[in-house]
Amino acid sequence: MMKKIRLIDTTLRDGMHAVSHQFSTEDVSAVVKALDDAGVDTIEVSHGDGLGGSSFQYGFSKATEEAYLKAAAGAMTNAKLCVLLLPGIGTHKELEMAANAGAKVVRVATHVTEADIGEQHIKIAKSLGMEAIGFLMMSHMVDVDKIVEQAKLFESYGADAVYVTDSAGAMIPTQITERIAAVKKAVSIPVGHHAHDNMGLAIGNSIAAIQAGADIVDGTCRGAGAGAGNAMTEVLVGVLDKMGYATGIDLYKIMDAADDIVMPRLHRPPMITKESLSIGYAGVYGSFLLHALRAADKFNVDARDILIEMGRRKTVGGQEDMIIDVAYELANRK
Amino acid sequence: MSKKKIKAAIVGPGNIGTDLMYKLLQSDVIEVDTVVGVVEGSTGLKLAEENGINATAKGVDAIIGNKEIEIVFEATSAKAHEMNAPKYKADGKIAVDLTPAMIGPFVVPAVNMDKMASTDNVNMVTCGGQATIPMVAAINSVQPVAYAEIVATIASLSAGIGTRQNIDEFTETTSRAICEVGGAKEGKAIIILNPAEPPIIMRDTVYARVENPDEEAITKAVKAMEEKVRSYVPGYRVKTGPIFDGDRVTVMLEIEGAGMYLPKYSGNLDIMTAAAKAVGEKIALNLLKERGER
Repeated sequence: MMKKIRLIDTTLRDGMHAVSHQFSTEDVSAVVKALDDAGVDTIEVSHGDGLGGSSFQYGFSKATEEAYLKAAAGAMTNAKLCVLLLPGIGTHKELEMAANAGAKVVRVATHVTEADIGEQHIKIAKSLGMEAIGFLMMSHMVDVDKIVEQAKLFESYGADAVYVTDSAGAMIPTQITERIAAVKKAVSIPVGHHAHDNMGLAIGNSIAAIQAGADIVDGTCRGAGAGAGNAMTEVLVGVLDKMGYATGIDLYKIMDAADDIVMPRLHRPPMITKESLSIGYAGVYGSFLLHALRAADKFNVDARDILIEMGRRKTVGGQEDMIIDVAYELANRK
Repeated sequence: MSKKKIKAAIVGPGNIGTDLMYKLLQSDVIEVDTVVGVVEGSTGLKLAEENGINATAKGVDAIIGNKEIEIVFEATSAKAHEMNAPKYKADGKIAVDLTPAMIGPFVVPAVNMDKMASTDNVNMVTCGGQATIPMVAAINSVQPVAYAEIVATIASLSAGIGTRQNIDEFTETTSRAICEVGGAKEGKAIIILNPAEPPIIMRDTVYARVENPDEEAITKAVKAMEEKVRSYVPGYRVKTGPIFDGDRVTVMLEIEGAGMYLPKYSGNLDIMTAAAKAVGEKIALNLLKERGER
């Protein structure tokens, strides 16, 4: 029998970064309907930085989180609705709201060394009857042992699955292989991988992850996402099928969803540009891209210099405010 | 002749309590009489003894009934303070609460020190609140702040287990205080932990939404507030800003700890103990004045 790979589509969460969180509730309904119809198992809908992310720091959403989730829940028949929550940004209040609005899955995302700030939320999610997934971001920043330690923490809190997430699109396939294989060996829950395409490796790294034992991978239609975007859902479906894995997704239908439904709604299709390549190269958080471009424009500096400096300062996900600070300093240094 | 001081106790001899003890050793108006813990021979209790302070591992009951102790600094946990607060009250002690218990009103020394004149329990908000609310209040003193958002970034090493196990408490308490003390109509707080080595110094960003901001007046108010906070937190500084962008006003802060007991990067812990000292001293001074001692 073909091994089943669970594919989580995050066009309406990570893809929010690509449109500065400006999808409308109509966009959400239309995309969810197409994904659900194509057979996507789990569909993630949230602000790019998770529940409660609508802010000066990350950009304000076009609609409220509740409106998005209700629109999504109303457009779905078979798929499971998923939300993202970053402890420190979103709280139990937003999680309870999401559960009431129909969310069945939550991914609790922490920096790769800080899983313990997510214990509270994993437990709340379980008490709400949700599936709870631990999501270790920026996992290129530490060695294998540290990732294993943190993945085991999530498992000990009761997480149903754990992710090794390449938020910066900074890793090469061999790094993915060693990380996924080690985590897979250390935990007894399913293991996932979330890739970004800043170095052109999103599909390749997803394949490496699956071959190393990953059970779940993430994708977005047309690769819509932070930085140079994500692994393309439609490409994953085609490639995995050729490799003999089952995704339960209809290839024609997911191609239609990507090209006809999602593509016209993207303000700027993600691609590997000098700036997004710099993100992967410097190993900084993918959603810094548009913030760095805006700051570069305002302070008349090269966005690449900002991004490389952000990497040098060992910034983590969520530190968008530092971009203004760095741009300001670079401008004054001139 | 040395001047009369008000006697105080510190309950909870952990990092915060011990740092506070060192700060209060230099006070002109407060004398730390006792440090209270629950573990015999703990580091905090040993350091108290080394500095000539009474140390007890018998918990708060050891100081209840000792009427000489008039102020108690609570550096335990919200749960512990909820149990202890009624005991202090019944014993006539004024509590300065460094936990997130929120029994008494919020106090940020640079903003609403007058608030506590009439209460027997004051709450010190959160580290992020102590750092950012003065700036919200400064901007709000010039023009109304419709919405204020703060982002506190602290070194992972300086986030204790209490913060980690209930990180929602930080965001919720801080956003409430942004409105209640800072004066913003709506408030939001974000906290980020950064594990970089060497550890980063605490940094905070304050965003405020102000219609047609008066750049000159706001800049003046921000600078004046910086000086006011620096009077009790010397490592506090406006690093960048205010920057004006449409209706968004941005101020970036950096807080370096005094480095007395805790490392300098943990400005988040330093600002809590420095603020608690400022509040405690104000209470003590009021008591001394009432009695004609000052």
